[in-house]
Amino acid sequence: MNKKQYLKTIYILFKKELMSYFNSPIAYIFIGVFLIVGNWLFFNSFFLIGQVNMRGYFDLLPWIFLFLSPAITMRLWAEEKRSGTIEFLLTLPITDWQVVLSKFFGALVFMFISLLLSISLPITLMFLGNVDLGPIIGGYLGALFLGGSYLALGLFISSLTKNQIIAFLLSLAFSFIVFIIGADFVLMKAPAFLAPIMRFFGLGSHFYNIAKGVIDSKDIIYYCSFIFLFLWLNARTIESRGWK
Amino acid sequence: MIEIKNLTKKIGSTVILNDISFSVPKGEILGFLGPNGAGKSTTMKIITSFWTPTSGKVIIDGINVMDDSLKTRTKIGYLPETVPLYNDMRVYEYLKFIAEIRNTKKENIKKRIKEVIESCGLQKVIKKPIEELSKGYRQRVGLAQAIMHEPDILILDEPTTGLDPNQIVEIRELIKKIGKEKTVIFSTHILSEVSATCDRAIIINNGKIIVEGKPSELASKAGAKETIYVKIKGKKDSVLQKLKEMENINEVSVKDKETDEIYGYEIKPKSGVDLRESLSTTVMNSGWSILEFNKKSISLEDVFRELTK
Repeated sequence: MNKKQYLKTIYILFKKELMSYFNSPIAYIFIGVFLIVGNWLFFNSFFLIGQVNMRGYFDLLPWIFLFLSPAITMRLWAEEKRSGTIEFLLTLPITDWQVVLSKFFGALVFMFISLLLSISLPITLMFLGNVDLGPIIGGYLGALFLGGSYLALGLFISSLTKNQIIAFLLSLAFSFIVFIIGADFVLMKAPAFLAPIMRFFGLGSHFYNIAKGVIDSKDIIYYCSFIFLFLWLNARTIESRGWK
Repeated sequence: MIEIKNLTKKIGSTVILNDISFSVPKGEILGFLGPNGAGKSTTMKIITSFWTPTSGKVIIDGINVMDDSLKTRTKIGYLPETVPLYNDMRVYEYLKFIAEIRNTKKENIKKRIKEVIESCGLQKVIKKPIEELSKGYRQRVGLAQAIMHEPDILILDEPTTGLDPNQIVEIRELIKKIGKEKTVIFSTHILSEVSATCDRAIIINNGKIIVEGKPSELASKAGAKETIYVKIKGKKDSVLQKLKEMENINEVSVKDKETDEIYGYEIKPKSGVDLRESLSTTVMNSGWSILEFNKKSISLEDVFRELTK
């Protein structure tokens, strides 16, 4: 299979994945909840603090994503298994990697679209005063990487079960764990020798670095490896379907 | 052309397929028969490379499925037992997706979809959402999916389950039509379907092939024999004795009793012998009379039940 053909197949599958969000009410509910909760929580304290920046918003975002990402990923494999379409999908003349990648990018682009719709926030801020764009761009970029990591993890977990509820709860729990191990209030209680390791492996600490507007290649590489690891595990689980 | 050589599949310690070998030449429709859980679906899943075998080979047009599955997959159209439809799509949208993912040339997509719609009789439902389709239409859309890329080989896993009698006939006709120039394997546990559609049939049970042959030959190959039922008016003991003395008779037994004078007998003749004439002459000559005469050839149903008990 040549490269062009390889990418074209991913694109066709990706298109189908992305369409399936908007063919069902999930997309609209997701975007609605995301925008309402995000905006409400942000403006709740915005006028009290009286600062024209989005720090409050980006502090909240990981927590909102924590609940919403598993909602995106829970059905991706579980639904294919339940409806039997997995048997069609995995007997097509395509590789398991192509399927995994198209599912991941479908979810990522969907998340990107929802993030894009929250652009009303920085626009509002620009009317209210002078905004430092660096942290805002960094925040959105970090959010995309963080979201991508949650999605890769959730996608992998979805491939392990037929049941959407189980997929949702497990993804939520594991996302929470990998997010929290790098958080400051956990690190304070952790043994001194473990703390730097935990900080490195926590999804959250890297996000706050980027959201400050400091885009360090270390953080980007961390996120990319995290995402790759779980996509790889995902492809392995799919491949091993015939071994049991 | 499909060749299957010494295929074995174990899941844990359970043996699902036990050293199965057969081949299907081009242009043949092969019926794959067996009770539920016999290994039909498993064989199909391995041919389509959804599963990998524990040992053994599947060779499609000279290519080993394990070596280059991306290539063999392009040659196969597969309809799994649960029809693989995306419920949130509309029929046309789904077919278009299939055509695209099956690598149909862009300028041919519309034409090909139209052909498939016609041969599967989907004209009435193309704009409907798939989740609103009846079972018969779902099955047809599934079949349309399988033939979209004009595969040489069609693997159909129980394509007629859950359909009403009219739909069953329609789907069978469709399979026959498609099967003229393709290699088709389809599984079923409805026996009349095999006689109606297949060139050849394989009965499989507990992961092993029990018997293989033309539907009409299956019965005799399986060692099943025809029986003759005859109701004779005459004294029971002397009738029995006379019948037993006759040539070419293996076994005679009393089946039922109408009155003291009239009994029904079941006769098992030696295979390949037509007993009807000699039997009636014998009875006439002894001064008795035949009241009922009935030749029972063993049906495929009986063979199947006998073999897969």
